[in-house]
Amino acid sequence: MENQVAQAARVQEIIQKWNKRRDLIIEMLHDVQSEFNYLPLPALDQISHEVGVPHSTLYGLATFYNAFSLTPRGKHQICVCMGTPCHALGAPRIVEALERHLKVKCGGTTEDLKYTLEISGCVGTCGLAPIVIVDGELHGFVTPVNAPKVLDKYSD
Amino acid sequence: MKPYRANVMVCAGTGCVSNHSLEIKKAFEEEIQKRGLADEVQVVTTGCNGFCGAGPIAVVQPDGIFYQLLKIKDIPYLVEEHLLKGRPVPRLMYVPPEEKIHIPKMNDIAFFKGQMLVALRNRGMIDPENIDDYIARDGYRASAKVLTTMTPDEVIQMIEASGLRGRGGGGFPTGVKWESCRKAKGEPRYVICNADEGDPGAFMDRSIIEGDPHSVLEGMVIGAFAVGSSEGYIYVRQEYPLARERLVIAINQAREYGLLGDDIFGTGFKFDVDIRRGAGAFVCGESTALMASVEGRVGEPRAKYIHTVEHGLWNKPTCLNNVETWATIPAIIMRGVDWFTSIGTGDVSENPWGGSKGTKVFSVAGKINNTGLVEVPMGITLREIIFDVGGGVPKGKKFKAVQTGGPSGGFLAAELLDLQVDYEQLTEAGSMMGSGGMVIMDEDNCMVDMAKYFLTFTQDESCGKCAPCREGTLRMLQILQRITDGKGTEEDLVLLEDLSHYVIDSSLCALGGSAPNPVLTTLRYFREEYEVHIRDKKCPARVCRQLNVYTIDPNLCVTKGHGCGVCRAQCPEKAIVGEKNKAHSVIQDACKKCGVCYDVCKFDAIQIS
Repeated sequence: MENQVAQAARVQEIIQKWNKRRDLIIEMLHDVQSEFNYLPLPALDQISHEVGVPHSTLYGLATFYNAFSLTPRGKHQICVCMGTPCHALGAPRIVEALERHLKVKCGGTTEDLKYTLEISGCVGTCGLAPIVIVDGELHGFVTPVNAPKVLDKYSD
Repeated sequence: MKPYRANVMVCAGTGCVSNHSLEIKKAFEEEIQKRGLADEVQVVTTGCNGFCGAGPIAVVQPDGIFYQLLKIKDIPYLVEEHLLKGRPVPRLMYVPPEEKIHIPKMNDIAFFKGQMLVALRNRGMIDPENIDDYIARDGYRASAKVLTTMTPDEVIQMIEASGLRGRGGGGFPTGVKWESCRKAKGEPRYVICNADEGDPGAFMDRSIIEGDPHSVLEGMVIGAFAVGSSEGYIYVRQEYPLARERLVIAINQAREYGLLGDDIFGTGFKFDVDIRRGAGAFVCGESTALMASVEGRVGEPRAKYIHTVEHGLWNKPTCLNNVETWATIPAIIMRGVDWFTSIGTGDVSENPWGGSKGTKVFSVAGKINNTGLVEVPMGITLREIIFDVGGGVPKGKKFKAVQTGGPSGGFLAAELLDLQVDYEQLTEAGSMMGSGGMVIMDEDNCMVDMAKYFLTFTQDESCGKCAPCREGTLRMLQILQRITDGKGTEEDLVLLEDLSHYVIDSSLCALGGSAPNPVLTTLRYFREEYEVHIRDKKCPARVCRQLNVYTIDPNLCVTKGHGCGVCRAQCPEKAIVGEKNKAHSVIQDACKKCGVCYDVCKFDAIQIS
């Protein structure tokens, strides 16, 4: 219960920060997503109510844009870059190695909610290809063999 | 500003920062302090230097000595030798792969020598977070000149005469666009900077914003004055947090200096800029989808027979240009039309589509020695970019293809290496300029697999609004999957070509309209490779794993690996048998061809045939 109150208060702050503006709901969703690691349903209710947009619109945005998720993501976000240079240098094999290591399919979250494994569009640091990004931190020159070791740092 | 005897320019582009360049900077500062040189030597963080493959990078100015692949433990020695005793350190300098002689000066390195910097004119020379640095390099002089001495029509005429064409890929003449926007009816008008650089393998816009954000802002001020706008937006993709951060800093500084805001240069001209975040949708790089996203809607494109210059953002006249285009504008204003038209191909004096003028920034990546960002004059050949500037293909492998223009572009084979790079020639060859991503492939890359890769990308990023793109790319992808699984037929190639043309002709926006290009170009230049997949059920590059047969060389396994058993332990299908110190072997019936054994074997004992 307390958690819900705190969550509602935080969402209210976010809505206020963007002045309840209809054209800024994507910014609000960004902030909610980075605050809670996903878009909780009550938060969407709140935005819908406060800004005056139908739920269907928010659902549309949440499912259209890759940055948003309606289910909780793991504590640590693992993104394997799938830009062309990364692909050409073996990124798909890194995804498979991580899938095996974490026992989760790409796009999924581990049962303990620790890791979410995803692929991302090109992050534009092709000089380091192939790249794995964990919680926004870039790791370059990853190989299928050392990929699991990249996660050691994020084992908490 | 305080004069220093030397400046250490540490690259702080995303690539170098990921390689710990900020820690290198700190190490420099500490060591310089320790040696009592703090009054003589300054450490500056700059934007992306461009030579990303050599990072972390530091350049000691004014001599222009280039140091690469720096480690923290190198710094005390470097400071002592170079900055204290005046002896540059050869072992930290660049060495070309074939010559084995180190090159001290940045401008003597082939990678930099072949370049001509216009959009990247301040690359590595300024601290992007300090507006004074930009101003010291003649920044905001162009906007001052425009606002105080020119009329909007004069500006538009000048940009038109320069022959500048949209650097985001479309190649539409910028001046023509500005003129239509100025003439369009409706108030207010908007200018937008498209920084939603979604093409995989392209990072020009990121580097420009990270390295020189004010050049973009200055270009936008000039554009806004020309079309009569007072409100601008920069749409930055979510994957570029550092670029966004630097833009926020730059905008605030420019406002503080009165270079953005209500009364710019005291002329009464009013213009301000706001940033909008993308949310991970490739299609939002398309102008109408981008505008929908700025309005807070789902980023679906609309038909463009109604032009955005007349009915764009909130249905008002809108002038949208790409980052690189905006960054080029101040240079044209300052250096003039004659200078700009002297670079490049064709003749634009009669027809704005008559040639490609000026320079273009390319990001060169993939199987190439010098990965990084290059700015070269239009009309340069692919060979010069890849082999002279880019240093060729590593490990002595054979060049196979270059992919230009991202998912909308195509693959160009070795016989086209002497093609001149300009808008028309690339389009004629079946590819396109695109935003400027260039990915090099060598003999180890399978062209069918690469075509499949791009189609997977466009299929995933297709917004789903129109059926040809949504369904067409899916069917094409299924066919390619079939071919790479060894189940393709000769008819598949015909079907693939037919479908490609349907998708191109009937899609709503350029995403669908160009999505089949990677397939069509690979079919055009590498048809043989498709045929081998279909006829012989083989992948010559050994990439399509369903067509591979994995075996173990018993000799290597025993003599080098002593039957280590790593592959046996790692095989998810338990398809490898053997004992320690003895040769292992693969049970072919159980093998699912995942390739794990190949990845984990340290002794090259796993053979693919």
